[in-house]
Amino acid sequence: MKKAVFVYSPEQLGYKFSDTHPFNHKRLTLTMDLLKNIGALDDVDIVPARIATEEELLLAHDPKYIEIVKNAGHGKLSEAQCASYGIGTEDTPIFENMHEASAQLVGGTLTAVDCVMEGKAQHALNLGGGLHHGFRGRASGFCIYNDSTVAIRYLQEKYNARVLYVDTDAHHGDGVQWSFYEDPNVCTLSIHETGRYLFPGTGNITERGNGQGYGTSFNFPIDAFTEDESFLEIYEKAMREVFEFFKPDVVLTQNGADAHYFDPLTHLYGTMNIYREIPKLAHKLAHEYCDGKWIAVGGGGYDIWRVVPRAWSMLWLEMTDQKIPTGALPQAWLDRWQPEAPVPFIPTWEDPNPLYEPIPRKAEIEEKNAQMLEKALHIIRTEKRS
Amino acid sequence: MIVEEIMNDEPYTLAPTNTVLEALKLMRERKVRHLPVIDNERHVLGVITERDIKEALPSSLKDEPNSPVFSAMVEEIMIKNPLVGHPLDFVEEVALTFYEAKIGCLPIVSGGKLVGIVTTTDLLYTYIELTGATEPGSKIEIRVSDTPGVLFEITKIFNLHHANVQSVLVYPDSENTQNKILSVRVKTLNPLAIIEDLRQEGFDVLWPNLPGVSL
Ligand SMILES: [Zn+2]
Ligand SMILES: [Zn+2]
Repeated sequence: MKKAVFVYSPEQLGYKFSDTHPFNHKRLTLTMDLLKNIGALDDVDIVPARIATEEELLLAHDPKYIEIVKNAGHGKLSEAQCASYGIGTEDTPIFENMHEASAQLVGGTLTAVDCVMEGKAQHALNLGGGLHHGFRGRASGFCIYNDSTVAIRYLQEKYNARVLYVDTDAHHGDGVQWSFYEDPNVCTLSIHETGRYLFPGTGNITERGNGQGYGTSFNFPIDAFTEDESFLEIYEKAMREVFEFFKPDVVLTQNGADAHYFDPLTHLYGTMNIYREIPKLAHKLAHEYCDGKWIAVGGGGYDIWRVVPRAWSMLWLEMTDQKIPTGALPQAWLDRWQPEAPVPFIPTWEDPNPLYEPIPRKAEIEEKNAQMLEKALHIIRTEKRS
Repeated sequence: MIVEEIMNDEPYTLAPTNTVLEALKLMRERKVRHLPVIDNERHVLGVITERDIKEALPSSLKDEPNSPVFSAMVEEIMIKNPLVGHPLDFVEEVALTFYEAKIGCLPIVSGGKLVGIVTTTDLLYTYIELTGATEPGSKIEIRVSDTPGVLFEITKIFNLHHANVQSVLVYPDSENTQNKILSVRVKTLNPLAIIEDLRQEGFDVLWPNLPGVSL
């Protein structure tokens, strides 16, 4: 069995709103090129992403909505006609063949699921996926179809699996959370910048699930300006305790890379350290609890030059047990892409230290996050004692 | 918004002759903390709260199931002739009543009969809905001078970006009484272009600032 497969098809690059839109899957090209430059990604590791069938999309979406996406992408609808479906807005403009491109991202995550569940590989990565804001009948926050929701339903139906979904994107994983809010066999865990200012505004610790699913949604909203140590403390404690509580058969991680200091859309102060540590622990726990069954997808990440390629490379390196490099990035990669980049690259795997001016009231932010963690995990901790 | 739109119009009730133990049981089963007490014609006689019951129990007897308080009738410890509201009251007025009278619930009466109940929880939920936090969106706060026409200038910019505004709240600025803080929730993941245009027009956008650091 392979350690891991890298799911990718060039058609995934068709998910493109415009040249100026912040969501830009050129990230995939940049990441793969970086990995190839250090000899860490071989053609035999790459598995083509299939396209999700309509039946599969129906696991998570309304037929009417799928129809709208299809027609919009084939030039048959005006913006006004699809605005109530979240399509044709500034966030999610209409683009040609938007249904096909979106279904290709979902298909990639399903390919990853099959590779892991059929025993072809222990882990699988689809960086084109992770579109966690998609709703049943509405596009939201750059996301048309929700690949993780489809994949989790698929895991339930085809493999009868108990799934833990872990979301470390800087935004709350609302679409996935609401899909499984009443389902006791899917646990969602999201760490994100508080919704005080940031989209989508949800993800409060009090959102714990409903009915049968009460107690299987976990939210860890951290303060704007949170730095590495506090982020990782929350992540590590949350992960260990939720894995132990839920004991999943398989784990699906969403690896948005927008919690970095450079990310233009959020206000967290993460550095490359968190992108080295996040997959490391997910990997370890997947082996401990899930017999290795780990599917990883991409997500947000809007500094596509300085942040995402390095962050996502480290994810693949971790999945394949390759050493995380230190020091200089390959010169050939820097030379190839610097002319296109609007910002100077960080030329090393690590971020410069310090990356930013010290934060006033750092200790209070850490204290507040620690208090939040206590409250969010209280429900498991008290159950354990009794 | 009027009370009718947010009240619970099927409240659980007690008769004056129910015992305190029965009241407590109903509260626990239904997960409520306040119960109106009514007669056969649904006239409101009083209100009994979980707190009133706890206070009526001598502290040494709190866990004592045979305390005489439990077998007493609710009319003995209920608040008689409580404040009541009307279905057509404005929610803001009711909120003020809650705050000033320090109460946790208000029976709603029309034609002399109980028709509903409003609690602080209902009011809080209404407030949460008012701030728009139940729909995905980003929040932008803008410090503006307290002069006519400012809101128009700002909404023009939102309109330019086809941004769907979910809610607008206006707060007093704690630092300067000449100013107001406008808190706008807008349905977008990417408010950067709007923020840039607002700043270009000279508006002071607070999104978000370092804690304790004034801009
Ligand atoms: Zn994000
Ligand atoms: Zn492994």
